[in-house]
Amino acid sequence: MTRDQLLQAYHDMLLIRRFEEKAGQLYGMGLIGGFCHLYIGQEAVVVGMQACLEPGDEVITSYRDHGHMLATGMEARGVMAELTGRSGGYSHGKGGSMHMFSREKGFYGGHGIVGAQVSLGTGLAFSNWYRESRNVSLTYFGEGASNQGQVYESFNLAALMKLPVVYIIENNKYGMGTSVERASASHDLSKNGAAWGIPGEQVNGMDVTAVKEAGERAVAHCREGKGPYLLEMKTYRYRGHSMSDPAKYRTREEVQKMREQSDPIETARKMLLEQDVSEAELKKIDDEVKSVVQEAADFAQKSPEPEESELWTDVLVESPAVEAR
Amino acid sequence: MGVQILMPALSPTMTEGKLSRWLKKEGDEVKSGDVIAEIETDKATMEVEAVDEGKLTKILVPEGTEGVSVNSPIAELDGGGEAVSQGAAPGQDTAAPQQPAPPAAASHTVGEVAKQAEDNAAVAERGARRGEGAAQGGRASGEAAAAPEKDWGPTKPITVREALRDAMALEMRRDKDVFLMGEEVAQYQGAYKISQGLLDEFGPRRVIDTPITEHGFTGMAVGAAMTGLRPIVEFMTFNFSMQAIDQIINSAAKTLYMSGGQLGCPIVFRGPNGAAARVAAQHSQCYASWYAHVPGLKVVAPWSSADAKGLLRAAIRDPNPVIVLENEILYGHSFECPTSEDFIVPIGKAKVERPGKDVTIVAYSIAVTWAMQAAEALAKDGIEAEVINLRSIRPLDAETIAASVKKTNRLVTVEEGWPYANIGTEVAMQVIEAAFDWLDAPPVRVCGKDVPMPYAANLEKLALPTQPEIIEAVKRVTYK
Repeated sequence: MTRDQLLQAYHDMLLIRRFEEKAGQLYGMGLIGGFCHLYIGQEAVVVGMQACLEPGDEVITSYRDHGHMLATGMEARGVMAELTGRSGGYSHGKGGSMHMFSREKGFYGGHGIVGAQVSLGTGLAFSNWYRESRNVSLTYFGEGASNQGQVYESFNLAALMKLPVVYIIENNKYGMGTSVERASASHDLSKNGAAWGIPGEQVNGMDVTAVKEAGERAVAHCREGKGPYLLEMKTYRYRGHSMSDPAKYRTREEVQKMREQSDPIETARKMLLEQDVSEAELKKIDDEVKSVVQEAADFAQKSPEPEESELWTDVLVESPAVEAR
Repeated sequence: MGVQILMPALSPTMTEGKLSRWLKKEGDEVKSGDVIAEIETDKATMEVEAVDEGKLTKILVPEGTEGVSVNSPIAELDGGGEAVSQGAAPGQDTAAPQQPAPPAAASHTVGEVAKQAEDNAAVAERGARRGEGAAQGGRASGEAAAAPEKDWGPTKPITVREALRDAMALEMRRDKDVFLMGEEVAQYQGAYKISQGLLDEFGPRRVIDTPITEHGFTGMAVGAAMTGLRPIVEFMTFNFSMQAIDQIINSAAKTLYMSGGQLGCPIVFRGPNGAAARVAAQHSQCYASWYAHVPGLKVVAPWSSADAKGLLRAAIRDPNPVIVLENEILYGHSFECPTSEDFIVPIGKAKVERPGKDVTIVAYSIAVTWAMQAAEALAKDGIEAEVINLRSIRPLDAETIAASVKKTNRLVTVEEGWPYANIGTEVAMQVIEAAFDWLDAPPVRVCGKDVPMPYAANLEKLALPTQPEIIEAVKRVTYK
């Protein structure tokens, strides 16, 4: 990564970190309800991968999705206002934390059923194939989802049809409270596509430069029409599975060790300082990010709740021509 | 200026909790992410992490305190003098979650209002794009708006099988985004020969053989539809759609709503539904009631060749997910069908197949055949039955049904699905709601028996509605 690319990545990761911390805070204040899955610790994965994309490429993921939205360029205020269930949110308050979309930014959700986005993401790649475009679908899922049957149905379809899809397993070690060792007989998830000849790599998902490097290889493979590619990102989430998870299945020391030794943002910060970026320059980014997040939080609280009439809209696309009697 | 740390809500249902332990004491420096306290909720003991940095200046709630309300201050933090972090001070500028915030113009800065206008413009643009997409495919034109039972001119007899094939071919010719995918649809020419000739005309990119992998290829097709393509997914039979029902309901039907109208899913799921002949329990089931239950889906069930051709064309042009429930036994039956290139049947409109004054028989799919046969037999006894072919299960044409019942004052429903919460139940309830005072007898449902489909020929016959049962039901409601 060039100095400028790394600076951008540092900014983007920090934005996700601060956004998620703020979301946790608003959840604590009762302003965000229901499920809320934070991405803290995993920032390098989505930021590194996004740096490999071109306009028109698609991104789809599970319910731990705020980081992906911000990385695709969706606005923090619209995402935060969706978390608070307000009309200024991306889905006008009707989707919530797990369901936001932006066709303009190539973000196709935000899906709440574990593994379902893998088939859908394969469908995004199918569209690229059908339209003969050079675009690529980034399809993210956790190591927990990697045990779902439809994941392997999708691998087969993508390999059979040579669809341009990068499957990205974000292995943060725990599917809710079950460690990967207790859930998966496969110990190297990057080989999970081997039966279909899908090339795979394990990547240090805590290092944004390593993610970008692997991502470039994967995306180039897809753009050349060689079919799907699999990346297993070794990463870690610092928080519980969702806000109400006390995370008793792992030790405090384990979490602390990851934070102290492998934090993706600290790692990027050190690299930047070694490349003669000044503390003042980094401080400027910190301040800028903080004010964006604060503005988002303010907007998310000021934006009104959706109109009651919104209850009945968007169930079906109205189509007078076909509906007419 | 200090920042107050508030008692956090740590689960969707928590209103208060016990502050069981402080892990930091007054005077300690706190970094973002540090565990500062432990809290017992109704479900678990949770750790509270600091969000802001600074020095813990004061503990307001001592450890061991029970019943601490969510959002009450538990400690104070010196924010370290950074102006930006002060804005985080909770409780100062915070609208309570349940209170509607003041109107945008009153409290927002000019910039924010301008931004909101931009957002609105973006939404409008999205809407316009959607409309534009429709126009490109010729879908927004007025042709489908024609009166449904208008005279389409000359007809000729074709089988339901040919009608379905013709509908797909016509729509694929007029819109390059339409494609067919499923098991054996291409090289084999269709397991039931519905897609005969389509591979030759449209090629392998638009007529796609899939492996036997319903969950995967349904999800893939739904994903493709989210980008604006118009897949037709053929299930070899609807029994196999259960492998994929999560994608149909959770992904196809709900995404438009969950996205606030941004992302629709124009897709058709079609294939034979219900009992064929002697294929036993796992291959003989009606899904009308299952799919009709779901907001965000449309469900149609053609009976004749004209239904099949017209409804499938409307389904393919529809911007929503549509389930087309066909019937294997009807595939080989011939009916008169308009030859006009423009012929289409709008979704949501039932058809009176036979007028009558004594009783209304409501049926769909192959049950229309049974109802028509029964009506003929009843006519010999001097009972004139009006037979309504629903064609569309959801939306349901309650008006046509109610108008008929107001004339005949009697209702019998016929279908092969199981009795519990079936379509007849819904029809009867809608009639009760709309025309209770016109009913001269309680409605009667004739339907499949409440058992899995047996294999033995005699038992299978018993499990399905029979003509004597329909005649008996009509006699019951007409007190004959």
